[in-house]
Amino acid sequence: MTMKQNVDLRVKIAGVELKNPVMPASGTFGSGLEYAQMMDLSRLGAIVTKGVSNVPWAGNDVPRVTEVAAGMLNAIGLQNPGVDVFIRRDLAFLKQIDTKVIVNVCGKSEEDYLEVVERLSDEDRVDLLEINVSCPNVKEGAIAFGQNPDSLFHITQEIKKKAKQPVIMKLTPNVTSIAQTARAAEAGGADAISLINTITGMKIDVERQRFVLANRTGGLSGPAIRPVAVRMVYEAAQAVSIPIIGMGGIGSAEDALEFILAGASAVAVGAMNFHDPLTMLHVIDGLEDYCRRHGIERISELTGAVHA
Amino acid sequence: MSSAVRKTSTLVQSARMISENICELVLVYPAGERPEEAVPGQFVMIYPNDGAHMLGRPISVCGYDPLAGALRLVFRTAGAGTKELAALQPGEHVDVLGLLGNGYPMEELRTRKSEGAKIALIGGGIGIPPMLELARQLPGCHAVLGYRTNDLFLYGEFEEYAVTAAATEDGSAGTKGTVLDVLKQDKAPDLICACGPLPMLRAIKQYAEENGAAAFLSLEERMACGVGVCLGCVCTTTHKDEHSQVHRARVCTEGPVFRAEDVAI
Ligand SMILES: Cc1cc2nc3c(=O)[nH]c(=O)nc-3n(C[C@H](O)[C@H](O)[C@H](O)COP(=O)(O)OP(=O)(O)OC[C@H]3O[C@@H](n4cnc5c(N)ncnc54)[C@H](O)[C@@H]3O)c2cc1C
Ligand SMILES: Cc1cc2nc3c(=O)[nH]c(=O)nc-3n(C[C@H](O)[C@H](O)[C@H](O)COP(=O)(O)O)c2cc1C
Ligand code: FES
Repeated sequence: MTMKQNVDLRVKIAGVELKNPVMPASGTFGSGLEYAQMMDLSRLGAIVTKGVSNVPWAGNDVPRVTEVAAGMLNAIGLQNPGVDVFIRRDLAFLKQIDTKVIVNVCGKSEEDYLEVVERLSDEDRVDLLEINVSCPNVKEGAIAFGQNPDSLFHITQEIKKKAKQPVIMKLTPNVTSIAQTARAAEAGGADAISLINTITGMKIDVERQRFVLANRTGGLSGPAIRPVAVRMVYEAAQAVSIPIIGMGGIGSAEDALEFILAGASAVAVGAMNFHDPLTMLHVIDGLEDYCRRHGIERISELTGAVHA
Repeated sequence: MSSAVRKTSTLVQSARMISENICELVLVYPAGERPEEAVPGQFVMIYPNDGAHMLGRPISVCGYDPLAGALRLVFRTAGAGTKELAALQPGEHVDVLGLLGNGYPMEELRTRKSEGAKIALIGGGIGIPPMLELARQLPGCHAVLGYRTNDLFLYGEFEEYAVTAAATEDGSAGTKGTVLDVLKQDKAPDLICACGPLPMLRAIKQYAEENGAAAFLSLEERMACGVGVCLGCVCTTTHKDEHSQVHRARVCTEGPVFRAEDVAI
């Protein structure tokens, strides 16, 4: 009997080592609490939390979600209990889980973001910060910071001055040139970037002749956006040298590999968690299997392996 | 809640239309993955096999036999997902997540019942099926069922467990009008459990307040995850709850059954 060849799934993001490159996409996994009874959370490369703001946010009116072909629209509006409750409840829970913790931060103004970043700076359970400057579902702030390269550069710089943890800037696909915004984040000092957030969409109820979502527009995610996301990760990877966390419709190891081969160091699974809560575990197993079949010792060798 | 929640491939034992546009599915959980019990008011997410439909459809428990692991669902064929589910054939498999959510507070209801409270179970339209499991687990209540026409699906089964009355919109059976018109014909109940369209729930809530009755309402909202992580399915609450801090409760997790005074509908 031959020994199973060992595959090294570890990857490094901004100096932080993850046991494997697979994590949930922000907002699709809570802080892991609800899924703890369904899976061993310590198998994940990291846990990425729902967006956290300085004060509690009530979010948008319902309906907030709807299905579309091979995807879904959401307009949650970043409902969250605020950073104080987050630290007391969610971070306390995450202390028991043996994996890295990435806290997703949202805000309406620069001060909002900085306040959360500062409040988290002494929390040693927080390994990385992911700054959401790309949510299409709140009226003020958020996406505006991420769509304009100058303001993205500026807010990245300000956050980097205050942050004790490495900073991932989460980019929006709702721009003309993802290479340009990726470069702005890198120039501002970002340690990594993640992409893509959702693509702004709309669904109309034809029978009732009205918008399906109370917010009228919502963010499109799921398999429907995957080719767009893979293309954007590729373009960003050509433009910057900081690590990239790729996401958008990943539901299998093969999907994840597209992102890795296009230039991502790690990947996140979002909407497909709703299709099957165990999707991430299947992706991890599938990546290991793929490496074995292809005689690859370290998954990190595959990052950006496909290029012109 | 009972055993761990996970997505399970269930076996379709039977599938039939019990009325126009109303389908009944009986699904059997594999041995070892059978929920120990179902609390009336709980639901499952059931996933169409066509991969273009990514999300599960929330459907309430209409009946559950723990020994056989057999789950009975009764649902209206509304859109593409439920139409696909209605075309399932015995012997096929379909994925189900759950049982999910908090159902009716059975201990409290049993206590109130043993103290002599008059309890009314109200179902309107496709809100009727979930009340059947409640009627079965809490026999001797009054059931008031609201239909559009004299196509009285499940009515006969309610009669086995409850003093049953119907209201029909067109007056072709029972009382012409709504479930409220039936309620008003008799002494007001002390406690009401209701599932149905929002206008009906609003009317029940108001009726309960006016008559000093306690009321539990089963709410519906569009869902993505079904387990409390996406915050898609919230309702507005009358006080700040511990989870959200902002007058929002998750229908899938804190609900779908709420005390009437706790929710603004
Ligand atoms: C807790 C709960 C219990 C339910 N129990 C029952 C039941 O026992 N019997 C029954 O007939 N129906 C029930 N419903 C409603 C049922 O979920 C919808 O009719 C069904 O999801 C429609 O799916 P579709 O693919 O046919 O429609 P589509 O319109 O094609 O669905 C598109 C999307 O919208 C969602 N959606 C559409 N209508 C509703 C709705 N009314 N409520 C929630 N989501 C909706 C779908 O789940 C799907 O994600 C329940 C809903 C909830 C929230
Ligand atoms: C219900 C829902 C909530 C989300 N909430 C957040 C959030 O709080 N912060 C954030 O940065 N992104 C959020 N996102 C975006 C996802 O993290 C991800 O970028 C996007 O959905 C694309 O990945 P997917 O196709 O795998 O879902 C949310 C997405 C969904 C579907
Ligand atoms: S459906 Fe996701 S929180 Fe209820």
